[in-house]
Amino acid sequence: MIRVQREAFDVGREIAALTAGNTRIGGVASFVGLVRDLGGLRSMTLEHYPGMTERQLELIDAEAHRRWPLEASLIVHRYGRLEPGDPIVLTITASAHRQAAFDSCNFLMDWLKTEAPFWKREEGADGERWVTARADDDAARERWRETG
Amino acid sequence: MKILYFAWLRDKAGMSEWQVSPPPGIVTVGALIDWLAAQNASQAEVFADRSVVRVAVNQDFAEADTPVGPGDEVAFFPPVTGG
Repeated sequence: MIRVQREAFDVGREIAALTAGNTRIGGVASFVGLVRDLGGLRSMTLEHYPGMTERQLELIDAEAHRRWPLEASLIVHRYGRLEPGDPIVLTITASAHRQAAFDSCNFLMDWLKTEAPFWKREEGADGERWVTARADDDAARERWRETG
Repeated sequence: MKILYFAWLRDKAGMSEWQVSPPPGIVTVGALIDWLAAQNASQAEVFADRSVVRVAVNQDFAEADTPVGPGDEVAFFPPVTGG
């Protein structure tokens, strides 16, 4: 499942809802991304491409299910104005065994970093600036490339 | 054809979307970019450095040789920075 929303999310509640009633699940992995401030950040505004965002997140989620034996998964990504410390993104994966949960959770984040149409604009004391893409993120996605 | 711009490409374009009717010979993303860039100074600015322009046709990632036609939604944006 995927959701794109302005509101904050509650990780505990999301995990409980995702796993309720499915006793085949033996492990749940989750990741929460927060607005980082290394000095001077007042706020950050996340813009996205409504329609394409949902479509791409659905594709990424489906790809994780194709690669790992998942019982359930969830991606929640926020947009709008956020402040340092605020949660931006949540990925949860649930499987019978922990390795699939850990690996697929990692995969979801690496892929959405380069495939989901979101853009961050930082507002600091000296004005506003668009965040530029990181080569690290492309490299992180590349390590999931399937060979053969 | 509907053209959309996001993030700082929208800032350069000075607008978020417009409707265009390119000539019949414009049938790929690459040709569309050439045509758009020739329309006015702000469009030339949007496409000045094509290495930082990503494209989606009907909400799927596209390349220079991806076909485009009347009725398509074509979006231009910088590399994504979500997550």
